[in-house]
Amino acid sequence: MADLTREAGETLATTAPPQSYWRRVRKRFMRHKPAVFGLCFLVLMAIVVVFGPFVLPYGFDQQDYDLIGLPGPMNAEHWLGTDQLGRDATTRLIYGGRVSLAVGLAGALVATFLGTLIGALAGFYRGWVDTILMRFTDIMLSIPPLPLVLLLSSLFRPSPPLLVGIIGGLIWMGTARLVRSQFLALREREFVEAARALGASGPRLIVRHILPNAIGPITVAATLAVGSAIMTESALSFLGFGILPPTPSWGNLLNAASPWLSTAPWLAIAPGLCILLTVLSVNFLGDGLRDAMEPRE
Amino acid sequence: MVDPLLSVRDLKVHFSVGRGLLNPGQLVKAVDGVSFDIAPGEVVGLVGESGSGKTTLGRSVLRLIEPTSGSIKFNGTELVGLEAQRMKALRSDMQIIFQDPFASLNPRMSVREIIGEALFLHGIGSSADREDRITALLDRVGLPATAAPRFPHEFSGGQRQRIGIARALAVNPKFIVADEPVSALDVSIQAQIINLLQDLRREMGLSLLFIGHDLSVIEYLCDRVVVLYLGKVMETAKAADLYASPRHPYTRALLDAAPVTHPDARRERVALKGDPPSPINPPSGCVFRTRCPFAVEACAQTQPPLTAFGDDQHVACIRANELNLAEYNVQSAATG
Repeated sequence: MADLTREAGETLATTAPPQSYWRRVRKRFMRHKPAVFGLCFLVLMAIVVVFGPFVLPYGFDQQDYDLIGLPGPMNAEHWLGTDQLGRDATTRLIYGGRVSLAVGLAGALVATFLGTLIGALAGFYRGWVDTILMRFTDIMLSIPPLPLVLLLSSLFRPSPPLLVGIIGGLIWMGTARLVRSQFLALREREFVEAARALGASGPRLIVRHILPNAIGPITVAATLAVGSAIMTESALSFLGFGILPPTPSWGNLLNAASPWLSTAPWLAIAPGLCILLTVLSVNFLGDGLRDAMEPRE
Repeated sequence: MVDPLLSVRDLKVHFSVGRGLLNPGQLVKAVDGVSFDIAPGEVVGLVGESGSGKTTLGRSVLRLIEPTSGSIKFNGTELVGLEAQRMKALRSDMQIIFQDPFASLNPRMSVREIIGEALFLHGIGSSADREDRITALLDRVGLPATAAPRFPHEFSGGQRQRIGIARALAVNPKFIVADEPVSALDVSIQAQIINLLQDLRREMGLSLLFIGHDLSVIEYLCDRVVVLYLGKVMETAKAADLYASPRHPYTRALLDAAPVTHPDARRERVALKGDPPSPINPPSGCVFRTRCPFAVEACAQTQPPLTAFGDDQHVACIRANELNLAEYNVQSAATG
């Protein structure tokens, strides 16, 4: 009887190399067309905003004093024209993309870290830890962000690192709830109980056994958080509480372009379109990752 | 008699359910005053319907579920209330095998990592010779060394159960709780796993608490059987005695519910009607009386204590003396 099994094991061994989780994820992801499109767009956008400023002939705050006064027209020298201060709009758009994407990515990382930490502790330890952390989450969810931000903006102007912290602090709650529910379900699974029976400590159970099995939903939430972080950054910058001029971001470019909406609409359309396409791509990517990492089997 | 390896006394595991802010909740007595011993090298079967508390009992013996009260002595050490550090050290002596081979292996860990973690947690072997130990363990449970780098989803149910057994064996336990280890497997695979457990027991002198509801498997594997109903022990006896002469009506009903192997083999049967009552609100007196065909008024008055009969048979039934269940037939019950 043992021989039979050994034989069966042998046949198993001669087939494909060990199929890790990630190999299967990649296969399923490639079938999701919008997500692949979103990923391509984001990679392209990343390349442009990272390397663009090195290639462009202008600095983001470099002024052409002859063009000061009104937004300049689009031409071969200035593809998107110039703003009312004589700065090249293409340069500012690309440089602003760099700022917006960096702040969005960093804000999403902060949110994911905070949300995972709080959700994991609440879901794993339950009891009063859960009660305290989740009521705190509820309170954070019930604070309307924009009035809060307007209030804060009258008090001080945040530096970019602080802004990243504020954005992360505004959007971590969804991740926390998601991670908590994952932990509540996973902690009862038998493989966690098996590790407990072997004497594994709480932190080890969290990090080695439960977290890796929640990585799918967390990755999806993190991806979608990038979208909301970019949106939040744009909204804050538009309201004057985010990235401050002369440093451009997509949000403050929109704000700066608003007086010229009728005479030079492209100044607003370009950053608006960038925000739209980037957030859309991020959401497609999130959908694709969800299908790839949490298949309904 | 030799000192028992495991000695459980008056173990209670109570859960409160439905407790909320304003609701005090209700108490479920999943395990309610259970006592039994397991000798070194002995295999004890634990049987009962679903909801009888057998899984809860199995886990609370390992303190995977905290007991509410009672005593669990393992090798002379009291486990209830034992501090975490000493409990961890003892865990290498007592392991568990699970029912569902698809839920009991971490899908993100390779077989090498799953077994290696057991070795690592108890500091068994240097990291260099762990690989050899893993190979030896895989071989012991009948899997090739090439299984080591693979992930659980690449194996069949029976193979996964072997991996789970290898993980439990990795720390050289003296005692294993086997929680319905074959119920989720195909019948042909069941026999393989049971024979594997039988071999291991013989070669390593393992003690087992074998939880199950397949009475023929229990009869084949176990030295002694504990029958559980609504968290209480109904009867405990040597397997041979229990199968030949059950003394508790519930035991007889369980035996009668098992399919017979020959179509001509017809027996008088004690059939149970309905489901077990809710453990939130168990019947007074004998918990089984609501479904017992022999219940009399006195059964509702007091909880029957476990009473000794003959050689190591204990029965919790006030009528155990007068009922002759081994030769009981339905007619006499209907008229009498």
